[in-house]
Amino acid sequence: MLVFIGMFLVIIIQLANLQLFSSKYRIQADDQGTFRKVIYPDRGIVYDRKGKAILQNTTIYDLMVIPGKIKGTDTTALCNILNIDTAEFKKRIVNAIVKNKSFRPSVFEALLSNEKMAKFQENMFKFAPGYYLQERSIRDYPFDAGGNILGYLGEVDSNVLKNPKYEGYLIGDYIGKVGLEKSYEKVLMGQRGIELWKRDNKNRLTERIENGKYDTIAIAGQNMHSSIDIELQALGEKLMENKLGSIVAIDPKTGGILAMVSSPTFKPKLLTGAERKKHIAELLLNPALPLLNRSVGASYSPGSTFKTLQALVALHEGVINTHFTVSCSGAFYGCGGGNPMKCLDRGTFDLRGAITVSDNTYFATVMQRVINNPKYPNVDSSLAAWDRYMYAFGLGHKLGVDVPSEKRGTIPTPAYFNNPKVYGPGKWGYCNFRSVSIGQGEVDVTPIQVANEMAYIANKGWYKIPHLIDSIEGGDKYDMLSKFKEKNSTIDIPDSVFEVVHDGMQNVVDRGTGGAAKVAGITICGKTGTVENYYRGVKQPNHAFFCGFAPRENPKIAIMCVVENSGRFGGTYAAPIVGLMIEKYLKDSITDERRLAKIEQLSKLNLIPPRIFRELNRQDSLMHSKDSAYLIEKGYIHVIKDTIGLDDQDEEDALDKIKKDKETNKQPKKDSSNTNLKDKQQAILPEEKKKGGIRDSLKEHQ
Amino acid sequence: MYQKKASISKGIDWVMIALYALIGVIGLLCIFSVEYRANDNVVQNLLGFKKNYSKQLFYFGACCLLAIFILLTDSKLFTATANLSYLVGIVLILATFVVGKEIKGSKSWIPLGFMNLQPVELCKIFTALAVAKYLSMPEMDFRRPQSQLIAAAIAFAPAVLSVLQGETGLALVYFAFLIPMYREGLPPGYLVGGIAISILLVISLLFHTKTLLIAFTALAVVLIYYFRRRIKRNSRLLLMIACCWAFCSGFVGVGVPFMFKHVFKKYQADRIFSMVGVDNPFTNETTADLNNSEEAKSKQRKNEQQNYNVKQSKIAIGSGGFFGKGFLKGTQTQGDFVPEQHTDFIFTSVGENFGFWGSALLMFLYLGLLLRIIKIAERQRSTFSRVYAYSVAGIVFFHVAVNICVTIGLAPVIGITLPLMSYGGSSLLTFTVLLFILIKLDADRQMVLR
Repeated sequence: MLVFIGMFLVIIIQLANLQLFSSKYRIQADDQGTFRKVIYPDRGIVYDRKGKAILQNTTIYDLMVIPGKIKGTDTTALCNILNIDTAEFKKRIVNAIVKNKSFRPSVFEALLSNEKMAKFQENMFKFAPGYYLQERSIRDYPFDAGGNILGYLGEVDSNVLKNPKYEGYLIGDYIGKVGLEKSYEKVLMGQRGIELWKRDNKNRLTERIENGKYDTIAIAGQNMHSSIDIELQALGEKLMENKLGSIVAIDPKTGGILAMVSSPTFKPKLLTGAERKKHIAELLLNPALPLLNRSVGASYSPGSTFKTLQALVALHEGVINTHFTVSCSGAFYGCGGGNPMKCLDRGTFDLRGAITVSDNTYFATVMQRVINNPKYPNVDSSLAAWDRYMYAFGLGHKLGVDVPSEKRGTIPTPAYFNNPKVYGPGKWGYCNFRSVSIGQGEVDVTPIQVANEMAYIANKGWYKIPHLIDSIEGGDKYDMLSKFKEKNSTIDIPDSVFEVVHDGMQNVVDRGTGGAAKVAGITICGKTGTVENYYRGVKQPNHAFFCGFAPRENPKIAIMCVVENSGRFGGTYAAPIVGLMIEKYLKDSITDERRLAKIEQLSKLNLIPPRIFRELNRQDSLMHSKDSAYLIEKGYIHVIKDTIGLDDQDEEDALDKIKKDKETNKQPKKDSSNTNLKDKQQAILPEEKKKGGIRDSLKEHQ
Repeated sequence: MYQKKASISKGIDWVMIALYALIGVIGLLCIFSVEYRANDNVVQNLLGFKKNYSKQLFYFGACCLLAIFILLTDSKLFTATANLSYLVGIVLILATFVVGKEIKGSKSWIPLGFMNLQPVELCKIFTALAVAKYLSMPEMDFRRPQSQLIAAAIAFAPAVLSVLQGETGLALVYFAFLIPMYREGLPPGYLVGGIAISILLVISLLFHTKTLLIAFTALAVVLIYYFRRRIKRNSRLLLMIACCWAFCSGFVGVGVPFMFKHVFKKYQADRIFSMVGVDNPFTNETTADLNNSEEAKSKQRKNEQQNYNVKQSKIAIGSGGFFGKGFLKGTQTQGDFVPEQHTDFIFTSVGENFGFWGSALLMFLYLGLLLRIIKIAERQRSTFSRVYAYSVAGIVFFHVAVNICVTIGLAPVIGITLPLMSYGGSSLLTFTVLLFILIKLDADRQMVLR
């Protein structure tokens, strides 16, 4: 009897040990017996300023297969619809079995195209139950415009997974890669839900645990209202077709961005759905950099558009008054005879006139006075004072726009010139950077900064940080929008000063260099700019700039346009584009026949520099020979064909290829002269920058 | 005879019947919980006899009828037919060598069309009766080695035949007959010796041979030092310690390796080792042979598969916690993670669904059953009934202890059922008959039986 009781005691002790004192079995049981199914909520919708959805969700289908149930289905019909051969079919089935066993569903073909989908829906009964269609929610762009600003989704990469900021993302999750999708990821994503499922020994989900009592519900992403006018955006994209460059339009009262065009752009629909991989590879390899948002991510010398700001500084510092005049005898000789700065219109100009004709000598003289202002003990402090104005105008620092990868631009600082590798303390003066006065040399701005500076001038002394998102439905939980509501005004410049500048700018359009921007019935203030630029030491055709605002009395739009390497004056190509944009926005539509014809004419005008095409050709032949060589070596093909697609190229592969090409050829494809920062000077210079480089850039403007 | 006719219920031990019914119903519920899935149509399944629980319910009903028949018979029948039925049992076992059907690696089944009969299972009843009959013979003197040998032969003959058929699990059950023999005067030395050897066996598996030899030697030296004064007075003590040392060392150093290499089949050795949690060191393949890595891998895979049952069983029971997950809510049970859960591993569903308190309660029910049987045994006036009762107690105890030790990882995987709970007609039938013969004998305890 004791033996019995003893044995039972042992059993009960072991039971207690297993069930009460060791948690590892509970963990193991949960691991194998339950499954946390993540439910992805719909991402938020983005509306434009008129309430039209410009970024929303749509449903697309994956074709799923359960290999164990496909006996007796019409394989030939299936292959015909999918356009694959039986060998490929077998390969996919074997893959599916290897990955997921034959009794679990696997993806047979992801993201069916509409055409295939239509065929399947008619014939699905033939393929059941081995095959079925599974819904998947993807992003949709109803206007197929604004790719650069709206952005797209992509699978999270290892950097994101390591980043504590993005905690909770798993391999295979999608995340906003660029544009609004990225900057408002938190808002748009919503909150993922968890469903707890029972799982059996073959890894099949059988039923919900406690009928979903412990599940967390997925909360859809918040919808956002953007200040974008999608029609204006589409017009801008149309006008910038066949050109490199950017248009940025801002509502000066609110700081809301009305349009933000970066050209070349991409149709955002290309980056959702079935053909995503192929398209993204093409876009990444394109030497014209369509994925770069030039509006915020490219910086240019501002050229003559910079002069309006110099006028403000000089008037406010009191070094000139509105009646101050300078005569231009052909060039600026304020720094001695060597390498004079030419002016285009000879004559004597006051401030208004100098803005109207964009007189170089006038502004060189004005800035010389600012820098050599006796109010300040030395150039260090006077340049610092000048810098403070520039910062107040929104230059030289990131504005804090709500699209990612904004550049800060460059404003020359005393610290930069004091660097012994540049000039060294006390060894420099105004004449070393006089070309800054006309917006060349050691100054760089992004298109958004120029547009913002127009808003500043239009508002007579303040701006709100440019932004795309005005409001978020359900509240701004992450406090992302409050900074956009504040007026930025650090320097108090009297209205009278602005009036003078407005006068000059109105004259630019009415009878000056910017006549092409004229719109009947609207008073436009504007300024042209023609920017010399160099790419890898070789002079390139000029960039055309035009910026302005309208109407003068009650500014509703501040706008800038840059057309890279157009080779002509700012007034030639940039001004008419701006004119059409202003007309579209202020009059809501363009109906005049001649104006419509003008749109078509501008749209077709091809100003893409030849080097881009050369690069494209070089790339094609390079890839062609590489791929063909590989395929021949492996014996897949015997003759080099003329066309080889990129179908099987992954995004990563494409990136690798770019890197490899760079290493092997020593010829970077990133060659749009002003987007390649390595060739530009920055306010705080990296050490490797040589004095020589600066000298070079000085020569750029004679 | 007259009294008996008055009522068949007279003298029946209702506590026993209550325990029998309770455990049986719990068993049915457990089988149900193993098979039930959400949205099953229970009524349809019950009537369709396609699910195990509906079949088991049918068996259970049949067993109840059989139980009533047993209660209606004359208890003299059992004493009278004990030897005959034993003979029939042995013949049946022998018959399986000719007409046997192989199920799960052992050729110990006779196909009967509607069910498969396992004679070794049934033979437990006959052997219990036969042992009781032999020990209750008036001229029996159990102290004589000759009687002990005959009793052992009766008890272990079916076991030996069973091992020959490849069914070792059930054969082990016949060790249960040591319990009634012990009660009837078998010297306790057999039991003590048996237990000592099994302890020695386990530690010899757990530790390295050299370590053990050193430990034994150290222990012997310590003992000699401790008893040095007594040894001076009595030198036989020294001899005893020396003998013990020599036996232990020889057992560990020579006996165990010999057994594992030549007596046990490889799968049995592997099972035993997997139970104690070490790799089998007595395999013919040398682990150092890295050239044959494929073979090593497949061997490892096989090992894993053997551990899988016990691992899953422990996970299911361990995840139950104190209160369990609730009836029909066990994720491991519902997910089919435990192989053979409705038969040998039925206890896992109790452990998972009802937790520690449920498992402990079930253990107390079994303990109650055993203690009740022993109480009944002790109040018998005839040796036959007493020996039979102890045999039943031994068999039930052995089944319960081994089965549950397997599920909670205390014993190597031995395929024996949990009495009255595991799915299967043979097992349920055997235990019903065993218990109800006992109840019948007990009801007639006033009669003098021979």
